[in-house]
Amino acid sequence: MILDERSEGSKVNVTPPTTRIMVGMGTCGIGAGARGVLKSIESELARQQIQAEIVHTGCIGLCSYEVLVDIIIPGRTRVTYKNVKPQIVPLLFEDHIKKGEIVKNHVLSQMAAEEGGGEEPYPSVPFFDELNINKSQHKQILRNCGHIDPDSIDEYIARGGYEALKKVLKTMSPEQVISEISKSGLRGRGGGGFSTGDKWASCAKYSADEKFVICNADEGDPGAFMDRSLMEGDPHAVLEGMIICGYAIRATSGYIYIRAEYPLAVKRIKHTIEQAKKYGFLGENILGSGYKLDIYIKEGAGAFVCGESTALQYSIEGKRGMPRTRPPQSVEAGLWDKPTVLNNVETFANVPPIINKGAGWYSQIGTDKSKGTKIFSLTGKIKHPGLVEVPMGTTIRQIVFDIGGGIPRKRRFKAVQIGGPSGGCLPESLLDSPIDYESLLGVGAMMGSGSFVVVDDGTCMVELARFFMDFCARESCGKCPPCRIGTTLMLDILTRITQGKGEESDIAMLEEMCGEVKTMSLCGLGQSAPNPIKSTLRYFKDEYVTHIRDKICPTATCVALHRYEVIPDKCTKCQACIRNCPVKAISGSRTEVAFIDKAKCVKCNLCYEKCNFMAIK
Amino acid sequence: MGEINTNVAEDETFDLSKAESILEKYKHIRGSLIPVLQAIQFEYGYLPEKVIDFVSGELNISVNEIIGVATFYAQFHLQQRGKHIIKACSGTACHVKGAKQIVEKLSEKLEVHVGDTTKDKLFTLEEVACLGACSLAPVIMVDEDVYGQLSHNTVGNVIDGIKS
Repeated sequence: MILDERSEGSKVNVTPPTTRIMVGMGTCGIGAGARGVLKSIESELARQQIQAEIVHTGCIGLCSYEVLVDIIIPGRTRVTYKNVKPQIVPLLFEDHIKKGEIVKNHVLSQMAAEEGGGEEPYPSVPFFDELNINKSQHKQILRNCGHIDPDSIDEYIARGGYEALKKVLKTMSPEQVISEISKSGLRGRGGGGFSTGDKWASCAKYSADEKFVICNADEGDPGAFMDRSLMEGDPHAVLEGMIICGYAIRATSGYIYIRAEYPLAVKRIKHTIEQAKKYGFLGENILGSGYKLDIYIKEGAGAFVCGESTALQYSIEGKRGMPRTRPPQSVEAGLWDKPTVLNNVETFANVPPIINKGAGWYSQIGTDKSKGTKIFSLTGKIKHPGLVEVPMGTTIRQIVFDIGGGIPRKRRFKAVQIGGPSGGCLPESLLDSPIDYESLLGVGAMMGSGSFVVVDDGTCMVELARFFMDFCARESCGKCPPCRIGTTLMLDILTRITQGKGEESDIAMLEEMCGEVKTMSLCGLGQSAPNPIKSTLRYFKDEYVTHIRDKICPTATCVALHRYEVIPDKCTKCQACIRNCPVKAISGSRTEVAFIDKAKCVKCNLCYEKCNFMAIK
Repeated sequence: MGEINTNVAEDETFDLSKAESILEKYKHIRGSLIPVLQAIQFEYGYLPEKVIDFVSGELNISVNEIIGVATFYAQFHLQQRGKHIIKACSGTACHVKGAKQIVEKLSEKLEVHVGDTTKDKLFTLEEVACLGACSLAPVIMVDEDVYGQLSHNTVGNVIDGIKS
């Protein structure tokens, strides 16, 4: 077999013979300044004439510590440095690479030695898995992200990559693959949570001259970036899952529909497909099995609604991406009216581990009805934003406080927005509710694709609902009136409330309209558009009431309702407000309490945000 | 259609050869309208009317339908845009971390409204739903580079950096 020779021959050593320097070059790393750091490392290498290999890795999930640089010297464990700036690179060279000494001010952690590797650990450096942020996590799908060079198929293979594909093609029939996926209990990670096995099985029963497998990488939820990180950090895993699905349903070709806003992910996936073809994992007669599959990239053109499966298929066909009524379901008549399976990036990434380790192993992780792990992008007002992967059933409290480290700047937790514009805002009282598909639906949110935005007590929930409604109204494709008109009208009401022009009847009207838009809209996006309003009305109704009746925004977010004043007893004379005021409307000194000149104030809210002592109301 | 095409030939400032080579590549692939428009926008910076007419003839798709597709997707632009495209993220995470002030500052600094291009044709300011770099919120993307953890004080430096 071609494959065996290749994969054996090209195995790369994960613990390298020379010094290895790894730089996190995902979008967030680059945004934090990884390019500058990389340049500085390259020039230092040249200057000092040191032999070392530089590797670009994807996101390891510790976004608040970017730029991350990892250094492995032969025989020692891998050490991670956080918040690296170009200026400290020479120090890393001087102390760590030359002398083998840890640079204490910047060290984050070290990796435990590989099994049987016997690398010598450094004393008094915490282990990566024991960091608070990682303790409660269960990295199954993100196992390779940040550990391998995503552009190197050899590194993926060295860590067990494409083993699942080999197993499937050599020892399993398509029916067996589907039954294994069904038994594992895997459910779609894109939002709805439909059983993946059932979807594949219902597509497999249709026969046609052409069949398609589509990977939905149009991650449109604002606040979600796990699909991007997966594609940037471990693109081969996604591709392998897709090829296995293709084999199971006998697909003739496949498409990956990626957002054009993710240029790096597009580049990586392109390269991934080329490499897979070269190694015989894709194309004609895959691994000698006689199965043929080609995968093409389609770049999305910026429409949130294209996350909906039928809209996405129209978009691939080159049409306006507007959803259609179902049935027929996509599994029967999808892309170009042929049977099609469409799954999300994360769903496909779950497939190789299930095949490798078995459905029995997989179904032990998670809860009764939601199996496996889920990746969340933890963002907003949180100390350690990042990418977290936890078993289903983990509570919100564990994610926010144990992993995320709680709320920064002495603020209080107020709510968490789960599931993007289709999801809901959950309050403090629900901190201990578990995260799985059913529990989230029960409390008025939904899994969505897994955005997890934490908001603190400085955030106005009415304004947040308005923000989501604005998004939904803008992104409504306009095909069905309940969504097109309903979202616009609800946005009008919310805007009025935030401007202090709310009326007593508004709440009842909003409630009624939520029900109507939900029941009458054509597609899932319209049906779930009212969720942010419904959940904020359910848990934060008093805030709506204060806005409407008292014309006060309790968090002073809604600018039209503002009257900025300093509370003299609370003011510590730190002058943070004075320094940040863009129009110099605040006076005061170290001995004098701050004073806001209302004639000059432009109500930008910066003083309120910058005050750490809640001394501005 | 033919009439417009002759106009194109006479218009010296307009070069259809790029569109021709794009269509040569995609003509025979089904469902290629969106990739064609993307490639054209990449080459010309926007979708010029004359090129749309040309594509319509080549792909045998009516101008109506092409305009329908082009106006449906946020990515396509029928007007000429600046040399650098600034995309200010207005996603959830950026929103709660003060994206509004960032956009206001940019719009003040560049003296343009969201969606418009500066007089010197250097910058176009746009708002996008989410750039997927939420952990660095608030963020903006200039062309293909993401700048994160901005504040109303620092966002101006990004623009100055690009200008110089």
